[in-house]
Amino acid sequence: MKKFGEFIAVNNISFSVRKEEIFAFLGPNGAGKTTTIKMLTTLLHPTSGQVFLDGKDVIKNHYQARSSFGIVFQDQSLDDELTAWENMEYHGILYGVPKKSRRERIEELLKFVELWDRKKHLVKNFSGGMKRRLEVARGLIHHPKILFLDEPTLGLDPQTRNHIWNYIKKMNHEEGTTVFFTTHYMEEAEKIAHRIAIIDHGKIIAEGSSTELKQKTKTNSLEDAFLALTGSKIRDEEAGALDQMRNHFRMRRRR
Amino acid sequence: MNIIYILWLRQIKRYLRSKSRIIGSLGQPLLLLLALGFGFGPIYQKAGGGNYIQFLAPGIIGMGILFTAVFSGIEIIWDRQFGFLKETLVAPVSRMKIMIGRTLGGATVALIQGLIIFLISLIAGFRPTHLIFLPLALLFMFLISLFFTGLGIAIASLLKDMQGFQLIMNFLLMPLFFLSGALFPFQGLPEALVIIARIDPLSYGIDGLRGTLLNLSHFGMLQDFLILGIITVIVLAIGSYLFSKIEV
Repeated sequence: MKKFGEFIAVNNISFSVRKEEIFAFLGPNGAGKTTTIKMLTTLLHPTSGQVFLDGKDVIKNHYQARSSFGIVFQDQSLDDELTAWENMEYHGILYGVPKKSRRERIEELLKFVELWDRKKHLVKNFSGGMKRRLEVARGLIHHPKILFLDEPTLGLDPQTRNHIWNYIKKMNHEEGTTVFFTTHYMEEAEKIAHRIAIIDHGKIIAEGSSTELKQKTKTNSLEDAFLALTGSKIRDEEAGALDQMRNHFRMRRRR
Repeated sequence: MNIIYILWLRQIKRYLRSKSRIIGSLGQPLLLLLALGFGFGPIYQKAGGGNYIQFLAPGIIGMGILFTAVFSGIEIIWDRQFGFLKETLVAPVSRMKIMIGRTLGGATVALIQGLIIFLISLIAGFRPTHLIFLPLALLFMFLISLFFTGLGIAIASLLKDMQGFQLIMNFLLMPLFFLSGALFPFQGLPEALVIIARIDPLSYGIDGLRGTLLNLSHFGMLQDFLILGIITVIVLAIGSYLFSKIEV
């Protein structure tokens, strides 16, 4: 549960994700998805409640819990003025990956996302898709058991989106990485996720596999099921400081 | 340890890779040095003050360090949302290490900036009296850098976005610079200005620089060093505390 002053952003939600599962968290704007992810990943302190990742209590043991997961944020968190290789290397050092395995994994992961020949290039010259691929590669260096992705394919073209989901599915299949992601792209959630939870106004209103949700709402596509459950009204939100910074960031990028 | 090193290294690399930013940020100090130095030179000489460029150079070096240091601290606001900082906040690393790495990195960059200005002032005619005191001068420069980087980080930890930035520029940095005795000596000043200068941390830094480079200290170099040293420790402690409280 998370309260910001009088505003209850996340109202007593409770759920569990099975090991090696791909779990999608869907919801309209302002539903509480990002707040939930932040609580799960130690970025925000819950007002009440408990979080367990890989059996570890996230609130009591931040540091240990942090080594069990990797995260790809919605907003870029790469260092523009460093090279792809440097971004990977520093992440590896931060997570305490020893030098030899670090170097091996960097090579393996950069080749996996097809950025190995760009390793010495500055990230600021990468396209949005390339940056996202790099972030996914980076999130995996310390071989986390869980990978969190907050709107990972927002704004990317279909080819790149396809590539990224292929990497993630491969990770899940071959390494058994549990994946937790949020998205607005319903077809992706339908195709990729094993189970889905739909959140609105800070509460989970439905949970289950894509087939189960469609059956429950007697609809043919996940998108229709979603609309049936959350209503078709547009959600207005106030642009906060973060949105202003995002606009600023986008303007800078276009130059 | 490795962690502190990479955070430090990262700041340096970022600095060295943006040549245009380096040159741009040298513009203002250089302009002041040349315009005020050669502009006020003759009158200052006539009023019995001696060579103005000699007097002014440490003040300009202090200015360069002040601005660079505070800006690198404030970069955190941006970093936190769109950059590396978010990464570091989620990693299994203590905030303390991140703070140390970042502060040392920012302070080193400010120091390098100060050194460049020093070299430029040598070209403009500045001549330190005793070169053996250069290491001490460097110490003062580093202390100033450390203090203001810490201050920048402390302020940045409290702000949510870049909007408070303009306020800080105009109501904090400019007064800190102009009222620190960087541009004018303390002799004969109205009481009020002297009091303000005594509160301004930069005054002690610049005074220390003048002491080591020109043997022209007003407060006494030991006093400068002690005061600057103590407030630096305090500001770093406050900065670390505020930094550890950042939530993204």
